[in-house]
Amino acid sequence: MIWRVEVKQKDGMLDPIGQSIARDIIDMGFGISQVRVVSVFLLEGTISREEVKRIGDELLVDPIVEQYSFDLKLPLQSVDHHVVEIAYNPGVMDPVEASTIKGIRDLGVAGISAVRTARQYHIYGRLTAKELESITARVLMNKLIQHVVADPSHVPTTLSITGASASKFDVMIVDLIGANDKKLLEISKSGQLYLNIDEMKAIQAHFKKEKRDPTDVELETIAQTWSEHCRHKTFRGVIRYREGKSGRPQIIRSLFKTTIAAVTLKLKKKWCISVFHDNAGVIAFDKDYHVCFKVETHNHPSALEPFGGANTGVGGVIRDTLGTGLAAKPLCNTDIFCFAPPDTPAADLPPGTLHPKRVMKGVVSGVRDYGNKMGIPTVNGAIVFDKHFAGNPLVFCGNIGLIPKGKEIKRVSRGDLIVAVGGRTGRDGIHGATFSSGELTSESETVSSGAVQIGNPIEEKKVQDALLKAREANLYSAITDCGAGGFSSAVGEMGEKTGARVDLDKAPLKYQGLKYHEIWISESQERMVMSVPPQNIEALLKIFEAENVEASVLGEFDGSGRLQLFFHGQQVADMDMSFLHDGLPQITKEAVYQKPKLRVIPAKAGIHTRYRPGQDLTESLCMALSHFNVASKESIIRIYDHEVQGTSVVKPLVGVATDGPSDAAVIRGRLDSKRGIAVSNGINVRYGMIDPFGMAASCIDEAIRQIIAVGGSLDRIALLDNFCWGNPDKPDRLGSLVRCAQGCYKAAVAFGTPFISGKDSLYNEYTQKGKSLAIPGTILISAIGIIDDVGKSVTMDFKKAGNSIYAIGTTFDELGGSVYLENLGQLGLHAPQVNFKMAVKTYKAVERATKAGLIASLHDCSEGGAAVALAEMAFAGGLGATVLSKKLPYKGKQGREDILLFSESNSRFIAEVSAGHEKALAKIFKGVPMARIGTVEASPEFVVYGLHDQPVINARIDELKEIWKAPLR
Amino acid sequence: MTPNVKVIVIRTAGTNCNEETAFAFSRLGAHVDQVHINALIAGTFKLSDYHILALPGGFSYGDDIASGRILANELRLKLAEEIKQFIRDGKLIIGICNGFQILAKAGILPGLGWKIGQETTLFYNDSAKFEARWVHLKVESRCVWTKGMPGQIYLPVAHGEGKFIPREKKVLDALTSNGQIVLRYCAPDGSKPAYPENPNGSTDDIAGICDTTGRVFGLMPHPERHFLFEQHPYWTRLKKTSDFGDGAKIFENGINYVKENL
Repeated sequence: MIWRVEVKQKDGMLDPIGQSIARDIIDMGFGISQVRVVSVFLLEGTISREEVKRIGDELLVDPIVEQYSFDLKLPLQSVDHHVVEIAYNPGVMDPVEASTIKGIRDLGVAGISAVRTARQYHIYGRLTAKELESITARVLMNKLIQHVVADPSHVPTTLSITGASASKFDVMIVDLIGANDKKLLEISKSGQLYLNIDEMKAIQAHFKKEKRDPTDVELETIAQTWSEHCRHKTFRGVIRYREGKSGRPQIIRSLFKTTIAAVTLKLKKKWCISVFHDNAGVIAFDKDYHVCFKVETHNHPSALEPFGGANTGVGGVIRDTLGTGLAAKPLCNTDIFCFAPPDTPAADLPPGTLHPKRVMKGVVSGVRDYGNKMGIPTVNGAIVFDKHFAGNPLVFCGNIGLIPKGKEIKRVSRGDLIVAVGGRTGRDGIHGATFSSGELTSESETVSSGAVQIGNPIEEKKVQDALLKAREANLYSAITDCGAGGFSSAVGEMGEKTGARVDLDKAPLKYQGLKYHEIWISESQERMVMSVPPQNIEALLKIFEAENVEASVLGEFDGSGRLQLFFHGQQVADMDMSFLHDGLPQITKEAVYQKPKLRVIPAKAGIHTRYRPGQDLTESLCMALSHFNVASKESIIRIYDHEVQGTSVVKPLVGVATDGPSDAAVIRGRLDSKRGIAVSNGINVRYGMIDPFGMAASCIDEAIRQIIAVGGSLDRIALLDNFCWGNPDKPDRLGSLVRCAQGCYKAAVAFGTPFISGKDSLYNEYTQKGKSLAIPGTILISAIGIIDDVGKSVTMDFKKAGNSIYAIGTTFDELGGSVYLENLGQLGLHAPQVNFKMAVKTYKAVERATKAGLIASLHDCSEGGAAVALAEMAFAGGLGATVLSKKLPYKGKQGREDILLFSESNSRFIAEVSAGHEKALAKIFKGVPMARIGTVEASPEFVVYGLHDQPVINARIDELKEIWKAPLR
Repeated sequence: MTPNVKVIVIRTAGTNCNEETAFAFSRLGAHVDQVHINALIAGTFKLSDYHILALPGGFSYGDDIASGRILANELRLKLAEEIKQFIRDGKLIIGICNGFQILAKAGILPGLGWKIGQETTLFYNDSAKFEARWVHLKVESRCVWTKGMPGQIYLPVAHGEGKFIPREKKVLDALTSNGQIVLRYCAPDGSKPAYPENPNGSTDDIAGICDTTGRVFGLMPHPERHFLFEQHPYWTRLKKTSDFGDGAKIFENGINYVKENL
């Protein structure tokens, strides 16, 4: 039978969760007084009344603050008191259920068989039914994973999801070899294979040779292996590229090989240990260890269900670290998001999209949940706000790991067993899959398990703990994660050279009734596949059992060169591995790059787009500081545990009040060593709207200079690329992508910084007013640097009154794409460029100066230019400053104060230098543009003088800080 | 020559501060084993072989149902006798963050009398948010773990459920009069804190308590995260006089106590 237990807070106790929800509802404009939350547990099994009491008293309730009841009384509702109960859809994972079962068994109650949870919200306030519905949809639940329990008083007869027994089944054969072109495309479409006609024909030809039709799971396997996601057809295929519609066509054979990989090949850095082919790029760290780094996107899932999307995005990239070499240990996370501004009016959103505020809240919570629970510090990140991301937000999740030398090599041997570890397999992530779940409402219920999932970080932490123990014992020969494509991708990749034989019915399932192809392509989270020499299997299974992690032998890498799948003894697939991996026909895509037509937008009433010489720029500085892209992200950083593992050295927030925005983050690789790792990111979509080539160079420059700013060295920096673009089958989208990749090549070679890994997410388009719109082409450059001595790190906060302020690097007439112009409603014409030769010279000089201990504080000039950098340094240090803008090294024609202060020219820093170091500094910076521009002041005034020595900015640092902190508080 | 100080750091699904906690003890010369709760319950490892039991931070069992609840029940139901004996033998226990939540919910703290029953809890922060920030703490009582510490220290917190609540006023009064309140949140100048100086709304700004022996200590802040000088959030503004940070003294005290008394 099923017991229903309700837990709520004792009367008079504060309900912070309810209060927080109430604030969200009031934010929507509804006049409610309060919200109280009740946790509901449905317990199924042979459990006596006495046992339920014990479960309530000793497990479900905190006796100090909570009370419970299990005698169901219907909550009284009235016009002032509304009750909404929300539960997960059947098949959606709720980790609390498994923990509750464990907790009940620990009490000695063996009769428990299943647990389900729900949450009941009591909303106090006068609301119409329609208003309540709107609150439910917008605050309380996401219908993709949850539903409103229509009648909480109706207790179901069983909680288990039942399905037809799967042992009796028919193998589905697809009529392929006799199909015409139209039929082939139909097969592709109806099977959601996303294969084009050339690819379908190649498959047809192959099976004609085999003289048989394929099974459904064979087609699914090919579609998954050949998918854009797994195969990067755009980056690895042929592109016919032209500049301008009439430009001479240029044939690019693999954009990846000719740009990104070409950098690494050309630079031949000895410390690049493993690049591009594994789940993450690996570089040397110290005499015993290497480090690896990977950044992934999780855009589409995050748009649909922000919490779950970002949550599983973080989980996925951590599994990349766990699946690199023979498993690396995750050290830190970095997460970067692109959203529409949080103040976007609802009317401006494309239909069917979630409000950016909700997307942001969900994404940030999803990252918090996974990172914090796994105990991996989120040390660095960025958020870009731009209205073009309203229909398609971007979520990048990155992870750095530590791996002992020698463990970076994996090799599957013939005869190794295929072992799946971690979470169970369900229908998660199977496109369009719907399944009947039956008994919960005693009607069959259609469940969209589709693309939306929620992660279980504790499961992944358990996998990590067990895995690292098994690695130390040398018990397996290779490992990879189950990401997109599930077992199909993991086993298919690992068995490419050996072949594989898999018994699909050996995979532990979340619930009965999965079909064989569903097991094979399911994307259930927290699973890894390893290859284990048979003599080690017993020891390996023991380790996983001791950590309460399921491990199951699915089959064998059998040396057949074929991929053979069985289900309850019957063969369902038998494919040639070489066709699967090499049979994809070469595709040629068209690309045209057209320089964007830019113009100065006419001024809006009341906004001065024209600069008047000598004008006061205090207001411009305030607007720049309060721009969402510049404003403090403290409210987000503080909910991420950025200090777990104890490794952080330069934290995301620094300065006298621990609230200044630092540049790169610095962590130790190991607690007992001074050697460290710096991590940073460069991203700026508005530069790309003007010039994608320049955007790539600027982003690389930004990522590198942030590492230089904390004391890093240009000699030991590696890069990651992440391209998020629109549909590459459209020549204009692909044209700008090519330009951007070319910019990556040019800049990375010039800086001597190899790419070690990367990713692309294409087809980022959304529909508005019947038109398909692409997101602005976005490149994220992530950088990792090795730091010799973390004790020499430099932070950005001014340290001492009386110290000199220096500007390093030249300012140009480059307001294009700047925050300053955006605040004036303009994009601008000239985005920042990079003078590579001078940039390298500058970075080497800065490195010598930081190593010599000459620099008291250092901050890079990025969004908001020199003015924002100076203001941030001042208020982070709790000190004022006097600055002469005319002293800034400048090359340009316009000679305007606003350009000097707000241009976002690359390769620049502001430095603080204490008295007595000037001479040594001048020597190091010989031939590098640098000038003393002011003094750090004890008084809290921030004063900048203009070209004619008149004050153009005059403000108190506490006011500036408040203006900077308020927007995203 | 005193014997090797032996520390057991307990971990389970979701524990995640075990390595840095182990590092703090071992850096100061102790022998440390990180042991899964399963191995302790199975008897593969024995509590009685150790001098110090440390329950580190993390999200044991995901904080499911409530933080620390499931591991607290495992200790209470499966290891109660061993733990009672451990305390009777004059040995030391420290619970940090999730470890404090576990000690409170298992009733091992505040240990008013020998009855194991829950007298205090750590509930959702008033802000309803996870709070990762640095806090100033007044060292109110000289329990074994805080002997010789300065009057005020600086440590980070990182928790969503850290609001200390006693069952009733009587419990609070007993804690106060017994000198069991070890750490209180305070403003930078030592005065009464406001949010976020008290990051969670704890009753009487309580951040850490000990039992009546002064040997069992639970605290929400993380001393192992201010163990090294460069873990201080603005160490680049400070003159380095030691390799260690404010939290190191706590671990040192534990080790020294064992050396001197056991």
